[in-house]
Amino acid sequence: MEKMLLKRVDIPNAADIDVALKHGAYSTLKTAFDMRPVDLVNEVKRANLRGRGGAGFPTGLKWELCSRVPGALKYLLCNADEGEPGTFKDRFILLHDPHLLIEGMVISGFAIGAERGYIYLRYEYPTALGVLEKAIEQAYAKGYLGKNILGKGVNFDLSVHRGAGAYICGEETALIESLEGKRGQPRIRPPFPASQGAWRKPTVINNVETLSNIPYLISMGADVYAKIGEETSPGPKLYGVSGMVNKPGVYELPMGTTLREIIYTHCGGVRGGKKLKAVIPGGASTPMLTENHLDVKMDFNSLVSAGSMLGSGAVMVMDETVNMVQATYTLVRFFAHESCGKCTPCREGTSWLYQVYKRLMRGEGKPEDIDLLLYICETVKGKCFCPLGEGAIQPVLSSIKHFRGDYEEWIKNKTVAHA
Amino acid sequence: MSDQHEEAQFCRTAGDKIMFSDAIVQAIKKVQQRYPDQQGAVLPALHIIQKEYGHLTYEAMRFVSQQLRVPESDVFGTATFYSLYRWKNPGRHQIQICHNLSCSLLGAETMIAHLEKKLGVREGQVTKDGRFSFIRMECIGRCDGAPAMLVDDDYHGDLTPAKIDDILAKYE
Repeated sequence: MEKMLLKRVDIPNAADIDVALKHGAYSTLKTAFDMRPVDLVNEVKRANLRGRGGAGFPTGLKWELCSRVPGALKYLLCNADEGEPGTFKDRFILLHDPHLLIEGMVISGFAIGAERGYIYLRYEYPTALGVLEKAIEQAYAKGYLGKNILGKGVNFDLSVHRGAGAYICGEETALIESLEGKRGQPRIRPPFPASQGAWRKPTVINNVETLSNIPYLISMGADVYAKIGEETSPGPKLYGVSGMVNKPGVYELPMGTTLREIIYTHCGGVRGGKKLKAVIPGGASTPMLTENHLDVKMDFNSLVSAGSMLGSGAVMVMDETVNMVQATYTLVRFFAHESCGKCTPCREGTSWLYQVYKRLMRGEGKPEDIDLLLYICETVKGKCFCPLGEGAIQPVLSSIKHFRGDYEEWIKNKTVAHA
Repeated sequence: MSDQHEEAQFCRTAGDKIMFSDAIVQAIKKVQQRYPDQQGAVLPALHIIQKEYGHLTYEAMRFVSQQLRVPESDVFGTATFYSLYRWKNPGRHQIQICHNLSCSLLGAETMIAHLEKKLGVREGQVTKDGRFSFIRMECIGRCDGAPAMLVDDDYHGDLTPAKIDDILAKYE
């Protein structure tokens, strides 16, 4: 497949607008402005684009809900919080092709009727902050942002809002709270952001990768776009692969490429020729898979059928030397740290899971701790205010399901780690 | 925010009013224009002060509250919610080293142990010469270069103990 999302990423200095323009940046704006907003929404719906942030919600439907709400003031937010452990795909676009994202946002804003946009950028991307601010300044100077863009009467203002270190702000209603200057804790839904979002105005929140698909989708048309990759969730997908592979990195492949092809063809297989033990297919909150699952297609529906989720497409590979108790401890510690404290099942559940894992790490685990962990997960499952708690129990449940032997051995041998 | 917060060294108080430099006041006024209401500027205003002075204080939060006309309790709640607002100065160079899964799989704990030994400090402490401090981070989005760290705003990946030594030698 010819690269789209990463087409300009390898071109030196493509973050500079003059270089980006030479390679096609902003060339879809005219096509888009010549269409009616409702036709743009329908085009995205027909293309069956599903959000690339993790949940896979149909983008066109999100847009339609927002565009149908009456009122002149609407917001378009770009979720560049990219905090899911193992995820780094958006970083490539933010650092090396910010004009692709800006172009995508201008078109999306026009489609939903929003004239104001924000990019919510995680604090941990300091370099991207400078790149984005410069790119936005250049886009204003060349008339691709601001008033009356291309003389077509389209207005769009854009700025960066920097987070301050909170995973929960990747959840869209927490992101809105944080944008408004508050603690990043999720809101009750409904009302959904599409009807009442930022400052209680209709709001669409899309991931960096989702918005970056828009210029290509519009320029090639929904029919051509829908033929790329897996039928039920088509398009190009950025897979970010890390852990014990020979060539970690971000790979743009058709949606639905198998896990085996990603790991063995594109990433050169497992380091040192070792045997693969476990794979997390879509970031820390998606259930682990084993070598038996390598032929799964990496798309939203196929991964659900296989007992996991596509999430952000962040593949983390673990070889036979990894002990799953220790690997899971790392993730449980993360979720306990990041639980926002709003709802009891998540706040207490993640912290009690962490207590038990710390005991295991000290070599003080008891045989009944495995069932205790499962019991704690049961008190969290389906009872949380937002998806964070649900995600937090996935590594625990899946590691016990597939690697219970690792737990039993760890407890029996009183293994100590991170002491 | 700990209860033994440090006295602010970088502002003046006159009765209830807190005064920061004109540059800070102007920078906050400018960033306010990006938001439809005053509260929107709370996070950026705190960033502006932290960038200038290295950390936040009780007075800094009260100042933001007064400038933006947002209740003190709301500003305090926001400032203390996020993990990357600081309450004391880091070293001249702050090391942020990742210890999440991808970095752990490839030796993050070994790198952290090396840092502790080399710098003679634990997480959050500043070296005697004031040059470095380090904190552990939960995924800095550099998993493709694991194990990885940031020194100030610069990214360094594929770390080894020897490579860490070479990198740190470049920071005065």
